[in-house]
Amino acid sequence: MRRAALLLAAFLAAGPARAVQPNEVLPDPALEHRAREISAGLRCLVCQNQSIDDSDAPLAKDLRVLVRDRLKAGDTNQQAEDFIVRRYGEFVLLRPVFGLHTLLLWATPLLAVLLGGFGIWRLARRRAPAPERGLSPAEEAEVAALLKRD
Amino acid sequence: MLVETGHFALALALALSLVQAVMPLWAARAREPALRQVAVQAALGSFACILFAFAALTYAHATSDFSVLNVVQNSHTAKPFIYKLSGVWGNHEGSMLLWILILTLFGALVAVAKNAVPPVLRANTLGVQGFITFVFVLFLITTSNPFTRAVPAPLEGNDLNPLLQDPGLAIHPPLLYVGYVGFSITFAFAVAALIDGRIDAVWARAVRPWTLTAWSFLTLGIAMGSYWAYYELGWGGWWFWDPVENASLMPWIAGTALVHSTVVMEKRDALKVWTVLLAILTFSLSLLGTFIVRSGVLTSVHSFAVDPTRGVFILAILVLFIGGSLTLFAWRAPLLRQGGLFAPISREGSLVLNNLFLVAACATVFVGTLYPLLLEMLTGEKISVGPPFFNATFIPLAIPLLLIVPFGQALAWKRGDVLAASQRLFAALAAALVVGLAALALTWGGPVLAPVGVGLGAYLIVGSALEIVARARGYGSNRVRGAGLIWRRATGLPRSAWGTALAHAGVGVAVLGIAAQGWATEGLATLKPGGTLAAGPYVATLDRVAPRPGPNYEETAAFLTIRTAAGDVVGHVDTGKRFYPSRQMAVTESGLLTVGASQVYASLGEIQPDGVGLRLYYKPFVLLIWIGAVIMALGGGVSLTDRRMRVGAPVRAKAKPVPNAVPAE
Repeated sequence: MRRAALLLAAFLAAGPARAVQPNEVLPDPALEHRAREISAGLRCLVCQNQSIDDSDAPLAKDLRVLVRDRLKAGDTNQQAEDFIVRRYGEFVLLRPVFGLHTLLLWATPLLAVLLGGFGIWRLARRRAPAPERGLSPAEEAEVAALLKRD
Repeated sequence: MLVETGHFALALALALSLVQAVMPLWAARAREPALRQVAVQAALGSFACILFAFAALTYAHATSDFSVLNVVQNSHTAKPFIYKLSGVWGNHEGSMLLWILILTLFGALVAVAKNAVPPVLRANTLGVQGFITFVFVLFLITTSNPFTRAVPAPLEGNDLNPLLQDPGLAIHPPLLYVGYVGFSITFAFAVAALIDGRIDAVWARAVRPWTLTAWSFLTLGIAMGSYWAYYELGWGGWWFWDPVENASLMPWIAGTALVHSTVVMEKRDALKVWTVLLAILTFSLSLLGTFIVRSGVLTSVHSFAVDPTRGVFILAILVLFIGGSLTLFAWRAPLLRQGGLFAPISREGSLVLNNLFLVAACATVFVGTLYPLLLEMLTGEKISVGPPFFNATFIPLAIPLLLIVPFGQALAWKRGDVLAASQRLFAALAAALVVGLAALALTWGGPVLAPVGVGLGAYLIVGSALEIVARARGYGSNRVRGAGLIWRRATGLPRSAWGTALAHAGVGVAVLGIAAQGWATEGLATLKPGGTLAAGPYVATLDRVAPRPGPNYEETAAFLTIRTAAGDVVGHVDTGKRFYPSRQMAVTESGLLTVGASQVYASLGEIQPDGVGLRLYYKPFVLLIWIGAVIMALGGGVSLTDRRMRVGAPVRAKAKPVPNAVPAE
């Protein structure tokens, strides 16, 4: 945590994000487009919640270059991403993988809608007007008694 | 001397807020209604004290009194005067004081709003409000005192973070805080109702103006923050799903749900317990929004410096208020009488659906923001949850929500008719289809989701307009013909109807702006003077690069001329790189050229001997995002001027005109 804070401070001192530099851009527009797509989903490790595509940190630049090198070497998007994940861990992925440890995270929207929907369904059912019920003989007697006393 | 007096005023406010918290309870116990009046006086008194303290701190900042530590840490003699003033809340201590100032302001407004709120509810609300004030003033005095002296006083200050030296700082936090803190009143109302064990349509009416006020300000605050981040952070995005942004978005979503559920409660006497829970949750999320960043558990680009000793206090406050109110809810809510039926196909049914999707979206943002933290605590695994996750989960929840907006409006209360509603919305559906298809055809080969968004935006706008037309025309045998007559009747509709239509149309406008960003283009190049760079339909020519020193920074600026592809000059833009020596920080000042609702966005990169790095974006209709938000807030404001809100709920207009009891928009 402290290391991250120090790095953050160093990053802030170096100036805010300026992202991809002109000299990094690949000559092939299709390849460059894919590189941008991948970079937008990879987290800059020394910044707070920025993708390497947005970040100006030197490490982000290294990663951008690395992604482009992999693409030039013929990797698919997935292979290039996997390569980065193998080196830096799952933390670099801004879109967390779907797995046992992220099950609750990914299931939240669906769970919330289902649970809420179930609650509403129960509410609507419970509120269904009860069939009109007359007074029981015992209650009738009680009413009569009360009226008589008056 | 003034600084010490300000400090003393804080201590006085602490004592007064305790009186304000205790008296209503005592009044209820001792069956001595006169004691309730004390809470009113105390609320006004603590507001006066905090206002004085705030003025004292502002004076210290304005005069660059470097014997005050807070001024030393955040100011500089060469700093422009406006930033000396806004710098008062550009730091942890000062922003806390602003937060409390708004808190006591709302307390004072409730105190003087005699006709808007029934007396017992008002007293209890003030009591809860007083308790909140007490805890926060205590927090301020013990851990974040803005009046701490610096001995010996230095000759020069450390200056304010350059990213904060912007007019945005003058506007964004106050708007946001009025929003956050406004929900404290709703919260206080909810807790007061729980204490009293009684809740009804009168409660819903009393609480609605405050909720709407808070919601409108929060809308503006978030929009302002988003625009500020857009032009200041310099990479052209308008929403980053950053923890701080999420923290402000969550109370907004919950508040939006609350605004809608109080309508159901007022009209149909249903959803009472839910509304109380929502009121508690909304303020809890506001607290989380204000403090989670300061507690140091989450870090983000725009957090203030974090001090771990404060963290414990902050977490204690969160546990106290959130835990305490939820416990009270669990204990007392069963006492609240449930009421009101609702049919699934009806106006209230659609509002329930609205709440379902809003709460699901809120839960998604909540879990997404805190999940990495919890996962790391529990298993040590580190993951990131970033924009791709939120886009993938939030948008599927937002689309059905937006689809039911005009639909719900077209349904009648109690029992709606789907077929009739669809017929009424025919024009909106047709408009959506035509506009969406036109967008798709014009940009064939481009993104697919963007035309869908454009269609959705058109549907919302036309749907809102249709609602006004339908209401003005009347139903069944009361139906009238003729545009003139309809317009006359439309102007006579309740302001709340206009407010609703405006707010919903605002959502549509914002959706249009968001969708159009699918067609944003970007250009990137290293340029020498005379060089050109294209983005979208425009071409930028670099005229010159020149130094442009400022009062407390050095700047190198690039001056550009923007032309159309045909060569006609559209305008000039300059973008610079500033260096603030006192903070050793560099920031980029982006240059914006507004053409209609679209913008050309220039941002200066590295300055090298062989030229300057330049990034140029074309952002079609980007301003619609924020204009839409402003229209939404305006809708809230128009709703507030409804006669039903001006006149206090339980008080019928008597011979004497009822004074305006609603806070100013």
